[in-house]
Order: sequence, then structure tokens, then C-alpha cells
Amino acid sequence: MDDIESRIIELVAKSKNLPTSDVRMDTTFDELQIDSLDKINLSFAVEEMFSIEIPDESLNSLKTVGDVVRGVENLRAAAPPDAAAS
Amino acid sequence: MKRVVVTGLGCITPIGNTVEEFRESMFAGRTGIAPFDTTFAGALSPDPGLRFRTTAKVKGFDPVNNPAQHLASGVIVSSDSSAQFGIVAARQAAAESGLLSHYDPADIAIITGCACGGRAADEEANRHLYTRNARVAPTAILRTMASSGTSSIAIEMGVTGQVLNVSTACASGTHAIGLAFQMVRAGIAPAAITGGYEAALTFGFLRAWDSMRVVSPTSCRPFALDRDGMTLGEGSAMLAIEPLDAALARGARIYAEIVGFGMSADAHHITQPRAEGAALAMRRALEDAAQSGADDAAGRVGYINAHGTGTPTNDAVEAAAIHQALGELAPHIPVGASKSLTGHSIGAAGAIEALATVLALDAANLPYTAGVTEIDPAFNLDVIMGATRPLAVGKDLALSNSLAFGGLNAVLALRRYTS
Repeated sequence: MDDIESRIIELVAKSKNLPTSDVRMDTTFDELQIDSLDKINLSFAVEEMFSIEIPDESLNSLKTVGDVVRGVENLRAAAPPDAAAS
Repeated sequence: MKRVVVTGLGCITPIGNTVEEFRESMFAGRTGIAPFDTTFAGALSPDPGLRFRTTAKVKGFDPVNNPAQHLASGVIVSSDSSAQFGIVAARQAAAESGLLSHYDPADIAIITGCACGGRAADEEANRHLYTRNARVAPTAILRTMASSGTSSIAIEMGVTGQVLNVSTACASGTHAIGLAFQMVRAGIAPAAITGGYEAALTFGFLRAWDSMRVVSPTSCRPFALDRDGMTLGEGSAMLAIEPLDAALARGARIYAEIVGFGMSADAHHITQPRAEGAALAMRRALEDAAQSGADDAAGRVGYINAHGTGTPTNDAVEAAAIHQALGELAPHIPVGASKSLTGHSIGAAGAIEALATVLALDAANLPYTAGVTEIDPAFNLDVIMGATRPLAVGKDLALSNSLAFGGLNAVLALRRYTS
């Protein structure tokens, strides 16, 4: 499990008071009962953690934990080197 | 017009996080006022620059680990401790009364008082924003809404009736209970959960009060000759109220009856109170009580739970108001001030004092004003000090006064209930 994946799984698990073993890449937000407010809070925490900004249109398309991990990977790959390194 | 009774109580306060603890501390005269930790997160100087060193803080509130105070993680992240106090206190009142299993959720009103909102959450977010350009969390809005607790109570209980929060500074809790009383009496709401909540003991809040030079460097001693100011507090108290006939029909425990409510505005000054305004609210509460069947209301008053902040000005003006409202009876009516025990919790103060008044009437025993050894003789009032005192025979009414900054006055009249 790479760093981004493990950190996001830990973040999601903590936000819902769950053991990390209950959160997998294909776990959906619906399964975790992550509502719209939880999603906004989670996005804020992910943005803080990885120094990125998730565009509104991407936010709406996030349905699974894996979507978040892949989105962060893509945003970091597209970011300037200094930002990606931070 | 229905007779309205109190059938459930709840509280999170500096002198107890259950009604039983509150009652025991109150009658024992054990104050919740104590020195506070002067280390404030993010403060630029180790010296907080305050003239005072005491507040009345809630102790032992733990909504994560204490099952009796448990709140879901989603509620905790999206609420400030002010709202959290309110939710738990309301839960206690609802559980004791059994209101939720006897009334349709759409028939229950929730009327609360909170003046400062999520002050701690607001201050924390802004401190990070202004000092290190930090982003502001999306929950900041939710945590700072003054009605956050009100909504959360409705959500937790599934209550869909008339739900609102009142903000009238130090009178918020009393205005809230007064409105709820009027609604239940008129049949607009068949039952209600009502009270107040506040938790604003932040560095910025303490500094602002310090600048007003009304906070005691020692401890709040209402009506004392040596009084030197107020002490800030926090907490929540909630009452479950319903019509007498409904309470009797379902065999509910009845603590007291609410018989009157009076409001007024000084229309005078944003900080300087006027006796005429407070006296008008007291007279209106007594007139209202008389219309509710309490004949000779003034003559039956056996206890006044005063606003009693302990500032030189408030206590002098309130004493004058008591004389204006009650005339020759005034010197003979026992007066107490709960703020000597609980501090001044602003929007929650009136609710906590209504709770104290209800418990006093229920026990027919009047709590004393802690820390007072000599009453200011200029007041010519019978301030209870040193020991509790029985409610006099033939006296079954009590007034609970709240006189807010800005001259907004609210007074409840309550009656001892005997079956």
C-alpha cells in the first residue's frame, strides 16, 4: 500500500471512528455513510494533508475511497515540483 | 389558557453535570467559581493581561468517553461546546419527563437562548486565519451558529415542531423559557423543551469583559457590601414543560408550575440599566401570574432569584427595581443570586437560574448566596446568606429575574406545585 493510499484510508477511518481494516480502495462513501457534510470535511482534510486544491467538479465525482486516492495522485502529478514536494 | 408545569430538568453547569449534582451543590452553597488556567493557546504573551483570575467553568464534560454525555463524532466535529452542553442538558430533561414518548414530534417546541454562539470555534478559526493565513474549516460556520445547539437537539430527538433560538444577551435563557411558556399556555405548542446554553470563556471574550471593568478580581458576591464585580461562567440548563392536565393524565413528576412572564426594555443605554425597566418586567410577570390564577401574586412571592451579577451598578439598580415592583413587601422577601455559585453564563444564565428556582420551590427550601457575609444596607433587602432557609408558609411564588445589557429585561414567575 503506497503512502497516499494508507494516509487517506487512515483519514477516512478516523473520520468515521472505524478501524482501517474496514476501509478499502473500493469502499464507497455510501457504504461508509459519508454524507455531503462528511465529504466536504474529508476533502478539506485531504487538501490540508497534501497541499492541494480539489476542484468542485472533481469533488462531485468522488464516490469511493479509491477515487480520492487517484484524484490526489493526479493532482500531485500535475502540480509544480515545489508544491508536490511539500 | 392551560396551566403549564415543569416535568423534566437537565443541566451541564459549573456546579454539576446532572440535576442531582446541581441540587446538592446549590443547597450546600458550593461554588463553581475557581481560578482558571491562564495559559491560552496562541497568546503572544505569557501574561494574559487580565485583572481577574477566576471563572466558573464546567468540569468533567466528556462527550467522547462519558456514555451519559455521548455525542456522535459527526456532531462533535460540527459543533462547539456551547451547543454540546445544550444537547446533553436537553437530552436529560427529555429523558426525565418522557416527553418524547407522549407527544407527537411535530407537537413539541424547542425554544432556547444562546447569545454568543460558538465563540471558541470562531476565535480559534480566526486566530489561525489572521496569524498564519490558514484555511478555515468548512465546519466553522456550523460551529459558530448561535442556533447550532437548537438544531442539533431537534435532529437528535426528531422534533419537528416550532424550533428557534433567542438572542437577548444575558436574558436569552429567560426570554426563551418565557416564550415557550406562552406557547404551551396558549396551546400553540402542546409541549416544549426550553432553556439556554453558552460556552464563551475564550481568551478574547475574557479580555473584552476585562476591558469593560466589570469583572470581579476576587469572586462574584451579589448584593454584598464589598461586592466588586461579576464572574464569567458557562453551561446549560433545560426544562421540559407541558400542560398540567396532560402531565397529571400520564402521571408525570411535576417540579413546579410556570405562572407568569414579563418582558420590558429600558430604552435607555446599552450598558447602564434602569430600575424602571426591570420593575416593569417584574410587575408584568406578577400581573400575568394573577391572570393565571395566582390571586394576590405580589403577596405570595416568597423568593426572588435575582439577576444579581455582583457589579456595583447592577445590584443597586435591581434592588431599586425590586422596591419599585413590590413596594412595602420588598424588604421582607428573601432574595438569592445563583451567580455566586455558577458565575454569569450570559445566554444560559436565565435558564440555569430558572432551574435553581424550580428546585428551590420543589424542595420548599431557598439556597443562599455564597460568599456574602455582609449585605449592602443601602438595599434594604432580605438577601439569603450563610444557610438555606425554608420557603415561608403561605408563600408559593418565586420570581427569576434576568436583566440584560442593552436594557432587555425578562422575568419568570413560578409557583410551588402541590397536588
